Amino acid sequence: MSSMEEIIKWCEEVAFDLNFSHAKKWKAQDKTRVLVGYLPIYIPREVIHAANGLAVGIMGAGDRKQIIKGDAYYQSYICHLPRGIIEMALDTNLNEFDGFLFPAICDCVRNLSGMFKLSKKGRFQRYFDYPQNFDPKIGGVFYMEEIQKVLDDVYKINGVTVTIDKLNKSIALFNKNRELIEKIYSIRQEFPWRLSAVDTYHILRAGLCITVEEHNEILEKVVKLIQVEQGEPMDNIRVIVSGSFCEQPPIGMLKSIEMAGCYIVDDDFMLGSRWIIGDVADNTHDPIKAIMEAYMDKSTFASCIYDVGNPKGKRLVKQARERNADGVIFCAASFCDPALLDRPEMQKECDAAGLPHINFQFHENTGQFKVIKEQAGTFSDSIKLWA
Amino acid sequence: MAEPVEAIKEKSMNLQKEMLSKQFKELSMAKELGKKVVYTFVPGNLTELILSFDMLPVYPEINALQSGMRKKSGEYIKEAEKIGFSEDVCTYVKCDIGMMLKGNIGPTGEQLPPPDLLLLSYTGCFTFLKWFENLERLYPGVPVAMLHTPYQEDGVITQDQITYMVKQLQEDVIPKMEQVSGKKFDMKRLSNMMVDSAKAEDLLVKILESAKTVPTPIDAYFAGVYYIGPIFTAFRGTKEAVVYYQELWNEVQERMRLGLGPVTPEGELKEERFRLVIEGPPNWTNFREFWKIFYDMGAIIVASTYTKVGGCYDLGFRHDPSEPLESLAKYCMSVYTNMNLPQRVDLIEKYVREYKADGFLINSIKSCNSFSAGQLMIMREIEQRTGVPVGFIESDLVDPRYFSYANIKNRLESYFQMLEQRKTILAQEEAVK
Repeated sequence: MSSMEEIIKWCEEVAFDLNFSHAKKWKAQDKTRVLVGYLPIYIPREVIHAANGLAVGIMGAGDRKQIIKGDAYYQSYICHLPRGIIEMALDTNLNEFDGFLFPAICDCVRNLSGMFKLSKKGRFQRYFDYPQNFDPKIGGVFYMEEIQKVLDDVYKINGVTVTIDKLNKSIALFNKNRELIEKIYSIRQEFPWRLSAVDTYHILRAGLCITVEEHNEILEKVVKLIQVEQGEPMDNIRVIVSGSFCEQPPIGMLKSIEMAGCYIVDDDFMLGSRWIIGDVADNTHDPIKAIMEAYMDKSTFASCIYDVGNPKGKRLVKQARERNADGVIFCAASFCDPALLDRPEMQKECDAAGLPHINFQFHENTGQFKVIKEQAGTFSDSIKLWA
Repeated sequence: MAEPVEAIKEKSMNLQKEMLSKQFKELSMAKELGKKVVYTFVPGNLTELILSFDMLPVYPEINALQSGMRKKSGEYIKEAEKIGFSEDVCTYVKCDIGMMLKGNIGPTGEQLPPPDLLLLSYTGCFTFLKWFENLERLYPGVPVAMLHTPYQEDGVITQDQITYMVKQLQEDVIPKMEQVSGKKFDMKRLSNMMVDSAKAEDLLVKILESAKTVPTPIDAYFAGVYYIGPIFTAFRGTKEAVVYYQELWNEVQERMRLGLGPVTPEGELKEERFRLVIEGPPNWTNFREFWKIFYDMGAIIVASTYTKVGGCYDLGFRHDPSEPLESLAKYCMSVYTNMNLPQRVDLIEKYVREYKADGFLINSIKSCNSFSAGQLMIMREIEQRTGVPVGFIESDLVDPRYFSYANIKNRLESYFQMLEQRKTILAQEEAVK
C-alpha cells in the first residue's frame, strides 16, 4: 500500500466496515488485548492503548445498514445515530467488544449507555463523565478519577498493569497522530485540491478502527504524498463545516458540497482525533495528570463543553480566519440539541465578523442531496460574485 | 371537546396560589426591595442556599410551563425560531428565550426582573448547559456560577462525586453568591433551613405514598404537579412550605378516612377504574383537556416519575442539617433525571408493584431527550418484568403544535379498553381458582 489510491481504498474499506474486522483480527492475536468501543466525540485513547487495548470509534451505521430494530427503540424525534448503534449492538456487529464508553455529550448518548447496560452488551458499559469545571484542583481531580475507572474496567478484563512508561509511550504515539493529522489539514488549507474532503474523511475515520501505530504509518505516507502537487485547482470557495461532530454526515453529502464549489478546509467530523490542540506532556511521572491538564488547557471548542469565558462562536470565527475560509456551513444532524442550540449564537458571531454562512440539517442516512448541492452551490456563487 | 368548567379548589390549593402570587409580586419588585435575583433550574436546585443569601430564585422552566398553561408559549417559541432556533430543539428553551424577547412578562402578568446571577445547576439534563450559554449571551455581564452534577453512571453516589460537588460549591458557587448578594455565607442559617426542608419532604412523601391505598385519595401526576410545586421551587427550606404540606396532608388524611377519591378540576372522582403509573412530563399547553381524558375514564395516576425530577424523596433522601453542603450534593445527584436507565426501570417497576397499578403509560415528549431517549426500552422492560399492559402517547412540553387531542384521546381510549379487557380476564381467572 504505497500509492494514494491504494491508501484511500484501504482506508475507506476499514472506515466503513461495520463489523470492525480489522480491529477484531488485532484482538485475536493476543489474549490480553481488549476492544473498547467508544462513541463520539472524544475519549483519551492513550489510556486504553497503554492497557493493551484498542479504542474503536463507533461513529454510527450511516447509510450502510438497514435500520429495523433500531427504529423500534427510538421515537422519530430522536437523532439517527443511536438507533444505528443499537441496531449494530443487537446484530452481531459489536460482538467481541469487551466494553463500551459513552462520553458525556448529550442526553441521547447518556441514555444509550443505560440501554447497553440493560442489554448487557460488553463486559462493561461506562458513561464517561467530563468535568464542566475547569479548575485542575476540582474538575481535574474528578476527570482523573473518571480515567481511573476506565483503567480499572480494562484491568478486570485483561489484568494488564498500566505503568508510567507505557502511558508516556502511548501519549507520544497519539501526539504524533494529532501532529500528522494537523499537517494534512495545513497542507489542505493551502492546496485543498490535492486531497479531497471525502478522502481526508476516510483516512481519518479509518484511524478510529486500527491501532495508532498503523494509522501513524498511513498518515506519514499521506503527508509525504500530498506534499507533491497533484490534481487541478478549481475556482472553489473555502468553507468550514461545523456541527457534525457526533452523528456523521453521509459521504454523498460531503461530495455534494465539494461538487457544488466548496473546498472544505476544516470541519469537526472526526473531532475526537483532534481534540487536544498540541501535545500532551509525554515525559512526566504522572501521565494521567498530564492527560488531564491537556484536557483542561488544550481542548478544542465543542458543543459539549460549557463555554462561558471562551465562547465557541468567537473560536469558530478565529478558526475560519486562520484557515483563510470564505464562509461557514452549519451542518448539524436533525434533533441534535447541542449543535442546534449552539447555532444561533455562532451565526451571530459570524455575522458580526462579516463571515457568510448557511445552514442545513441531515440524518446520517440522508439519501437526497439535490437541495443541499443547490444551496451550497448558491452559497459558493454568491461569495465568488459579491464577497 | 367540552369547555372546561371552573376548577374546584381545596384549601391547600388556595394556600399555594397565595404563596405563588406573593413570590411573583416580590420578584416584580425585586429591585425596589433591594433583592438580588438568581436564575436557576428545578432539578438539582439549591433553593436553601439561594434563600440563605436573601436572594430570590427564578426558574426558567417553570416560567415556560406557566406560559404553556396560559397559551402564550406558541407565540414565544416562534419568536425564538425567528432568531435561528431550530424546530427540533427543546421547547422550554425556546419558550423562555421568546418570553425574554417579548418583555419577560411572568405568569402573573408582571415583569420578571433580569438575573443578578445565573446559577447553572447542571443536573440530569444536558440541554440546561446549552440553555444557560444562551442566557449568558442574552444577559451580558451577569456572573455565571456552574455546578456540575455527575451522573449516577454506576447507579450509586460515590464519595468522590460528593467531594467534587462540595468543592465546586465552596470554590465557585458560594463565593459568587457572596459577591452578588454582598453577604457572607452563613452555614448555620443554611443548616437551620434544612430542618424545615426535611419536614416538608417527610410530608410530601406521605402525601405521594397515600396513593398506595385503594381507592387513592390523590392523583400523583396531574394533581401531583401542584403538590410538588412549593418544594421543587422557591419554598423548600421555608416555614411556609411546611405549613402548606401540613395542610395538604391533613386534607389527604381526611379523604383517606372518608374513602374518597382524588379531586379533579370537576370535583371528586367517584369511581376509580384504572390505576396507572406514568413516565414523562405532562403536556402543559392543553393540561386540562389532557387530564380530563383520564378522569372521564376513571383513570388515575397513582405514581409518576415526573414528580421526582426535583428530588426522589420517596427513596429516602432528606436534606440533612448536619452536613448541609454534602446534603446539597447528594440531593442534586439523586434527582430522577440524573439516575441511569436501569435505576429508572427499577423505580418504575417498584411503583407498578407497590402502588398496585393496572398499567404503565409513557407520555413521550418530542423535545425532551433527557426523558424520551430510551423510553421505548423502558416500556419493554416494564412489560416483561410486571406483565401489566403498557401504553405510549406522544406530545410536547409547551409547543402547542405537537399536541393532537384527537390522536391522544384515540390512543388512550384503546389503551383503557385493553386495561378493561385484562381486568375481566384476571377476574375470570380468579373466579376459576
